Amino acid sequence: MNGVTASLADSATMLRRNFRHSTRNPVALFNAVVMPIVLMFLMVYILGGAFDVGVGYADYATPGLIITTVCYGISPTAIAVNSDMTSGFINRLRVMRVSRAAVLNAHVVATMLRSLVAIAFVVGVAFLMGFRPSAGLPEWLGVIGIVVLTVVAIGWLTVAFGLAAKTPESAGLAAVPLMLLPFLSSAFVPAGTMGPGARQFAEYQPFTPIIETLRGLLSGTPEAGPAVTAIAWCVGLTLVGYLWARTSFTRRG
Amino acid sequence: MVDTMNGSAIAASGLRKAYRDKVVLDGVDLEVRTGTIFALLGPNGAGKTTTVNVLTTLLTPDAGKAVVAGHDVVTETSAVRAAIGVTGQFASVDDLLTGEENLLLMADLLHLPRAEGRRAASRLLDRFELVEAAGRPVASYSGGMRRKLDLAMTLVGTPRIIFLDEPTTGLDPRSRRTMWEIVRELVADGTTIFLTTQYLDEADQLADRIAVLDQGRLVAEGTSGDLKRRVPGGHVRLRFADRHELDVAARVLRESTRDDEELALRLPGDGGVRALRALLDRLDAHSVEAEELSVHTPDLDDVFLALTGHSPKEADAR
Repeated sequence: MNGVTASLADSATMLRRNFRHSTRNPVALFNAVVMPIVLMFLMVYILGGAFDVGVGYADYATPGLIITTVCYGISPTAIAVNSDMTSGFINRLRVMRVSRAAVLNAHVVATMLRSLVAIAFVVGVAFLMGFRPSAGLPEWLGVIGIVVLTVVAIGWLTVAFGLAAKTPESAGLAAVPLMLLPFLSSAFVPAGTMGPGARQFAEYQPFTPIIETLRGLLSGTPEAGPAVTAIAWCVGLTLVGYLWARTSFTRRG
Repeated sequence: MVDTMNGSAIAASGLRKAYRDKVVLDGVDLEVRTGTIFALLGPNGAGKTTTVNVLTTLLTPDAGKAVVAGHDVVTETSAVRAAIGVTGQFASVDDLLTGEENLLLMADLLHLPRAEGRRAASRLLDRFELVEAAGRPVASYSGGMRRKLDLAMTLVGTPRIIFLDEPTTGLDPRSRRTMWEIVRELVADGTTIFLTTQYLDEADQLADRIAVLDQGRLVAEGTSGDLKRRVPGGHVRLRFADRHELDVAARVLRESTRDDEELALRLPGDGGVRALRALLDRLDAHSVEAEELSVHTPDLDDVFLALTGHSPKEADAR
């Protein structure tokens, strides 16, 4: 078996393990789905009526909720990665001839699949609440592409958090800033309506171009500007997360 | 490959490792012959786990060289990993999987054919008396069961050299005995075992050779008998039938210390046959007869104290 096949086989093995974890810990998926839906009710039915965003509020908020869903789904990953690290399980794998990448890849892929399931639920509920996108097939493919890029970027960052944290508890907490970040973006209100400071932060943080790109695609009026910025952010964050994770992974022990 | 010309499974020389200014390993040399049990004995913080981590490719030493299964641990990590199995100090098992799933996970990572993996898993579950618990998540296992599963996972790949880092720390006496049995069986099958322990009796019970590690240095190495002979404290004890015999014997054997309550005399000595015969001849010459004679060799606690100047418990407390 050559290196690449072995590495793929190991990744698949570790992914199966992570799936088993997900089925034994349904609370993780439940939280990832329920929290964003609760938030959606809150924003669309209770607060959204007060915001004038120019379009139906469900249409405005859904792209932001998609990204929020990603952020709410990551803390189980940070905890799982950290438990592998602190329990010594990683050490067992390290002294076997197991592909180094497999362990981390599996966590990222599992996070991605879990997020996509949760996003499918959230978008389904959004439709029930009046979300009426005017995207055609190419735009939807674009949406999926941007979502996958975002999840991979956040997935690698989360894995890096999980590896860097001292305990599973603090690993879980490390995800909190990411959960708050969408609120400081154009997810729920346009950045232009925010106070000074917050506005600049919202304009320049990665979630805003990502959400703007999704919004453009879903409303059938995609724009190249935010899309390029969004992709650049995703690639950059993936690289940072990946390199950080790889360094922590090889250093410990 | 393992059986190199000189038959050593593990050979290390001049291993050094320091974290910032704290020296953890200060020039460790050791050799473990194929098919034997080697015990690295020392208190907490002596550097046992660091030694294991270096020998199992988890840590790169700052200096020195180590060859395991005929391969250099720094430059040929992959070949070393293929030959070894490691069971760490804390059971590295997956709590959310069942015992059987844990074993099958190992089989998959070793790229064993499916059927072979299943056979290995059921054989190991059987051998470690985990058949009943096989379908339960490991989170529900007792400490002893987790440790057994941990070792079983290490054995899925039938490694030729096994490292056991404090395999019985925290186990109840019964689980401990089971673990010892398993270790003995493994060696009987030709496996080489490198174990670390802070229990002197464990090293005494299991190991063919023992090295005593203290503050990153080996302070002694040999069979448990060798180590015991290297320290003073062995003595011969003679017990007598009554007070009169004791009095006479005490006058004859002036170098002895007497214990009136036990009607016994204690003489320094290692219990060599010639010395014992001379001793009995002296008593005979004065028509005294000992009712009972016993030879006491020092146990490893004495050894540790003599070699390091402190008892293992003291070192523990630091």
